Amino acid sequence: MEHILLRDLDIPDIWQFDTYMANGGYDGLKKAVADHTPDEVIQIVMDSNLRGRGGAGFPTGRKWSFIPKDAEIKYVTVNADESEPGTFKDRQLLEKNPHQVLEGSLITAYAIQATAVYIYCRGEFWDLAHELEVRIEEARAANLLGENILGTDWSCDVHIHLGAGAYICGEESALLNSLQGLLGQPRVRPPFPAQHGGGLYYQPTVVNNVETLANVPWILLNGAEAYRSIGTPESPGPKIFCMSGHVEKPGNYELPLGITFRELIYEHAGGIPNGKELKAILPSGASGPVLVATDEVLDSPLTYESVEALGSTLGSASFILMDEDTDMVWAAAKMNHFFKHESCGKCTPCREGTFWLDRVYERLLRGEGTARDLTILENVPRQMQGVTLCALGDFAANPVLSTVTQFRAEYERYIQSPEPAAASNMPDAAR
Amino acid sequence: MLAEKYADRIEKIFSKYPDKRSGIMDLLYLAQEEYGWLSEDTLREVAALCDVDPTQAHSIAGFYTMFSEKPKGTYWLQVCTDLPCALRGADQFYQELCAYLDVDDGGTTSDGLFTVEQVMCLAACDKAPMLQCNFHYYENLDMDIIKGLIEQWRAQAQQEAAE
Repeated sequence: MEHILLRDLDIPDIWQFDTYMANGGYDGLKKAVADHTPDEVIQIVMDSNLRGRGGAGFPTGRKWSFIPKDAEIKYVTVNADESEPGTFKDRQLLEKNPHQVLEGSLITAYAIQATAVYIYCRGEFWDLAHELEVRIEEARAANLLGENILGTDWSCDVHIHLGAGAYICGEESALLNSLQGLLGQPRVRPPFPAQHGGGLYYQPTVVNNVETLANVPWILLNGAEAYRSIGTPESPGPKIFCMSGHVEKPGNYELPLGITFRELIYEHAGGIPNGKELKAILPSGASGPVLVATDEVLDSPLTYESVEALGSTLGSASFILMDEDTDMVWAAAKMNHFFKHESCGKCTPCREGTFWLDRVYERLLRGEGTARDLTILENVPRQMQGVTLCALGDFAANPVLSTVTQFRAEYERYIQSPEPAAASNMPDAAR
Repeated sequence: MLAEKYADRIEKIFSKYPDKRSGIMDLLYLAQEEYGWLSEDTLREVAALCDVDPTQAHSIAGFYTMFSEKPKGTYWLQVCTDLPCALRGADQFYQELCAYLDVDDGGTTSDGLFTVEQVMCLAACDKAPMLQCNFHYYENLDMDIIKGLIEQWRAQAQQEAAE
């Protein structure tokens, strides 16, 4: 099947403006502007049931519909702060098919009548972001962005903002703060970004992921019904699956939602190297619970609902695979260390929880763990769940809790010494 | 001073935003490019350009890993050792790289040429082991490849010193 998103796999130089234009480039934007009112565009995307590809899976058209019509200044912000361990799809889209992302952003901007688009690129995408500036100028020269786009009275500029190395800025309200030159920490909500007072410069703002926006031109050109014919009714459309870790053919795979874990891992990504057995799967990078690679899991379809029913989340579909030799305590320690480093420090449970969990993991891996450490690993993450301003507290709890409960025997192997006598006298709160 | 030397670039940065404060990250990059790192004086200079308190510039510089408030080696190597990269040998690669350059974790070589650090996920998990050198990516690495690159960087530094 021809790719809808990773079109560079079919047309290698699709990144070039002329090639993109020769292959239907910006036809979705032209159609939106010529044939549809902004509200009709929102309705088409709502009907397509496109769900946000950044991780949360929120219906995209609904998000756009929340923008108040009476607002004079409105913004579109493209979340290109791709930083979840195991995720590298937005990078391929922006490097290899950048005009499609720009086109999707502009259709979004038309739908909410935005005055400007800001693309928030993670700072490490340094080379990519500087290339993207050239792509923006190509589109400007063709009157596809800037003043009086395509001869209409709608004007909208596109700017790039570079982050500088902070996972938290992928969280939409932290991203907006970072763009405003404030510390990249989450905001209290409500107001949400779409509402008055909640968005960029406190104006109503749509924040969408790169991959989400890359779907939009196709939807405009082919219609909502055609889009819904791909994937499943609840999770329609193509999805990019990022495959990393112990996998024969690491990389990005664009496939319809609803294929099984087994098809993705063994048929498309070539299975596990060196004839090893697959032991564990992280379907959504470091931030979702780990799944034991049972037949039940492998035969389950990959949709937002079914992965949730298995006790994890599809998130941004960043698959980190681990073979039979992987030490799950080590893997959990790595992930917790990531969250400890990336916690922005605003909310106490996340800042302190990830810090102390990191100390416990260091102790375990040094062979100095006690039985009490297992209790800590079970208790502390539970006190980080549901009590922080953003989801990072919950994300950080997931790898710890899901490994302690499902790979308990591996943790027990690290516990050398018996529980210290003094611990039994400690008050419950200190345990 | 940045304001005189880079007047055009600074104006272009500010023209992107309705609020000068939004330009602070771009200006910190510009300052780091000019001076190599962000000193107290540099942070005050950038803060004044953006109309913010120097404390704000400090907090922004300290919050992000790509800004440095200490001098780094000419080649600033940041190796990703997060889980997906580590599953493909990044930890061992990092240790061997440190040993080859004779530096500790996060250290700088005695000639001031190389700083070697671990860094969090760089969205290149399928091409591990990988690193970022002065913000450019180098992927699918092994010790042979990195030794070749180090020789190139050494030669480049020598040439620049000679000029």
